[in-house]
Amino acid sequence: MKKLLSPAGIAASLGLALLLALALAGPALWGEAATQRAVADRWAPAGSEFHFGTDDLGRDIFARVMAATRLSLLLTLGATAIGVGGGVLVGLTAVVLPRYPRRFLVWIMDMLLAFPWLLLVLFFTVIWGATATGAMLAIGLSGIPNLTRLVYNLAASVSEQDYVRAARVAGAGPVRVLFRHILPNIANPLLVQASASASVTLLAFAGLSFLGLGVQAPEYDWGRLINEGVAHLYTNPMAAIGPGIVIVFAGLVFTLVAEALTDRPGQGLRGVAAAARAAVLPGAAPLPARGAGAGGPGDGADPGGPGDRGPALAEVADLRVAFPDGAGGLVERVRGVSLAVRPGEVVGIVGESGSGKSLTAMALAGLLEAPAVVSARVRRFDDIDLDAPLTRALSKRLGTELGFVFQDPLTSLNPALTIGRQLTEVSRTHLGMSRSRARDRAVAGLEAVGIPEPRRRLGDYPHQFSGGMRQRAMIGMALTGHPRLIIADEPTTALDVTVQKQVLAVLRRAQRSTDAAIVLISHDIALVSGFCDRVVVMKDGEVVEDLDAQHIREQARHPYTRGLIACLPDMRSDRTRPLPVVEDGVPAADPLPGGEPRRPAPGVPTADAGTRSGGSAL
Amino acid sequence: MTTLPGSPRPAGPAPAAARTASRLSPRASFAIRRTGRLVTSLLIVVLASFFVVHLVPGDPVRAALGPTAPVALVENTRADLGLDKPVREQFPDYVSGLLRGDLGTSIQTRQEVSEVIASRFPTTLTLASLGFAVALAGALPLGMAAALVARSPRGRAATSVVSGGLGVLIAIPDFLVSVGLIAVFSVWLGLFSPAGWGDAGSSVLPVLGLALGPMAYLARIVQVEMIKVLDSTYMATARAKRLPRRLVLFRHALPNIVTATLTVGGLLLSGLTAGTVVIETVFAVPGMGNTLISAVQTKDYPMIQGVVLVFALMVLAVNLIVDLILITVDPRTSITEG
Repeated sequence: MKKLLSPAGIAASLGLALLLALALAGPALWGEAATQRAVADRWAPAGSEFHFGTDDLGRDIFARVMAATRLSLLLTLGATAIGVGGGVLVGLTAVVLPRYPRRFLVWIMDMLLAFPWLLLVLFFTVIWGATATGAMLAIGLSGIPNLTRLVYNLAASVSEQDYVRAARVAGAGPVRVLFRHILPNIANPLLVQASASASVTLLAFAGLSFLGLGVQAPEYDWGRLINEGVAHLYTNPMAAIGPGIVIVFAGLVFTLVAEALTDRPGQGLRGVAAAARAAVLPGAAPLPARGAGAGGPGDGADPGGPGDRGPALAEVADLRVAFPDGAGGLVERVRGVSLAVRPGEVVGIVGESGSGKSLTAMALAGLLEAPAVVSARVRRFDDIDLDAPLTRALSKRLGTELGFVFQDPLTSLNPALTIGRQLTEVSRTHLGMSRSRARDRAVAGLEAVGIPEPRRRLGDYPHQFSGGMRQRAMIGMALTGHPRLIIADEPTTALDVTVQKQVLAVLRRAQRSTDAAIVLISHDIALVSGFCDRVVVMKDGEVVEDLDAQHIREQARHPYTRGLIACLPDMRSDRTRPLPVVEDGVPAADPLPGGEPRRPAPGVPTADAGTRSGGSAL
Repeated sequence: MTTLPGSPRPAGPAPAAARTASRLSPRASFAIRRTGRLVTSLLIVVLASFFVVHLVPGDPVRAALGPTAPVALVENTRADLGLDKPVREQFPDYVSGLLRGDLGTSIQTRQEVSEVIASRFPTTLTLASLGFAVALAGALPLGMAAALVARSPRGRAATSVVSGGLGVLIAIPDFLVSVGLIAVFSVWLGLFSPAGWGDAGSSVLPVLGLALGPMAYLARIVQVEMIKVLDSTYMATARAKRLPRRLVLFRHALPNIVTATLTVGGLLLSGLTAGTVVIETVFAVPGMGNTLISAVQTKDYPMIQGVVLVFALMVLAVNLIVDLILITVDPRTSITEG
């Protein structure tokens, strides 16, 4: 019901009501004026007396258009019913058929689909002749291949779902599966398709009548009226354009109905999550002031952390990242994070999904873009202010000195370009190298990450590489510049356990050979504490703890971190008991023990109930 | 077609089939599948164009000549068309005629159908090619720009304007677009001729009428694909390299929208081939489409058979060319398509 109240739903309902009223009352209201001949009034131009003018027999064209609504819609519905009915019948038959007859049927339909619709329509029109019924049959039958394909695809995708498989395993026969499990699940998309095809049918019918192959005089539908009007385009353009407008209007109404019937993916919070995944590149707009009283932690105090450990290579202070919530407001996903990375340091960021760790990393690299709204008191790499527009020279430096390795190596390399192309780009664009020198450098990069026969592999496309090789190639890509910081966002999550080790080893080697700093993001505290010098724990968009990796077990104070560590099995774990579970409520419900000093610095926010209510989306 | 329903089936002939397929390179098996499809399509087309006369209810010759035609004329015409022979003799005759380039004689004008088609085919081909070129040339920049606008910080309002405009253009059928074009450019502005073909003044409107709808549709596809590409991780990789915008767009984004654009473009092009029927009628362009419509109206069956056959062959040729281009452009097409 909610769908009916959307703008599309309201417009569709109103339009449909209007069309229905015209179809029911049109012939009664305008029928007489539509057929009354008045030779004296013939070829009257459009005006106040005759809205669309009159035709060669002096009949009021506007009245004819209104009266033609019923026939036009009836023919449309008839043809749509033939098309949809036939499509459902053939499509569902194909689904329950055994393999080879099914393949044959789908193959034939595909073949018919290769021919333009109009050609099929004309073919059938030849058979039944240029009459209204003939055109209805022709248009309806021509729609069957397309609708069959749709129904078949929908049903086939549903029948691959686990619950349908389960029903099949439980012994449900094909017919039962079809009616109990498949049909109810494709009913909505089918309805959408039916109204979309009604729109197409309406226009096709008008086209056929316009060509003189549909409704014949003295009968008239909208297409026929245009056909009659076109001859007088110079004297009275409205005679053709008037019915044209009505046709387009009716077509749009059916399209809107289809739109309104569609199950839209949820807006609001789910939309925010999608937006967060989509956002990449420097966010321009500053964050509007947050609601009064929300007064973020870390507002006043300086995050003293980095200062006492030497100058930071990259730094963010009071970083906030927000996304539009789909209802005009903003949802903050990173809430006042401060983080500094010193040259050569290996920092791990740990947190669960939605803790804001990846967004923090992207913001640190200056890679977030609209719809993300990014603000920070400080956001810099070396001496480059990432909140200011970048000059060409600064872009060059960022491109060579800051490398980024994404989570999923299957999608982070461009599928349309060779590995060689992608690994020579930085050297050629930013370092001004010749083609052959850039290739040498790319070969060196691939060699450094342990890819055999690197020179030959330069000509390969990413799909010819395995997942682990692609991730190593991504690291090798960072090495083709002069990396000083490599940010790796869950670089091993998408990979096999054995391959994970290789990739981490490669990353470690790269760090040692270039002395670059590394920010490694992961949800795996064991992996991070083994790899890094320092571990930053994030939860709900805030840093909850900043620990020395060597002493993580002893130093961890925050209940969330302690929960994470407790989940790690070690030599002393009692294997007869299940591992503990970090419950979402635990850290929030239990305030920190009073007076206990927290690490590292006063700037680090706590996860108290007040700030939590801002709401993380996931 | 790669995933088939009713799946948990014990290993039957499927693994064997997979083995045969994998022994061939993906490209080769793709080529074989498509050739098989082409041959079958050809067969269907020939059969359809042969049987169309036989499927007409009643007596097609009587229908074509009208109720007042003398019986002798009807019988003579029937003999001319070979319709007096049994069907199993007619079909070989028809096919051997096709192979000799003999498409029969028009019932109405007594002209050789092949001659009429030969004189009209170039016009239709030119119209379709020009229309496709205009549609493609307009859709790529339009769609890419629309995607960039949609991704810009304040793109919301602009996006709905662009999408709305494209949506309206898609929703208006070609014959109405053409009527609108005539009303504006011929009647109102007097810039172009509303009918005819050949010179610059009269060719502009037919080409536009044919191209605008497909162009808007293709632009939408380009826009959707481009947004998908802009949101992809590899584009983030390209941005992380801080490449100049021009490189990011043309080297990293463009190749990734070509496949989808060409696939849809190919479908549009075959649709456009048939669209010439409408456009030629509206603008009185002397091409095959115009011939076909008058042949249908006058029930000139040999002419209908010939023109429908040539149109169908044109469509098959277009599909074949698009397939060939796709194989060369995108190395992965052959693998993912099934």
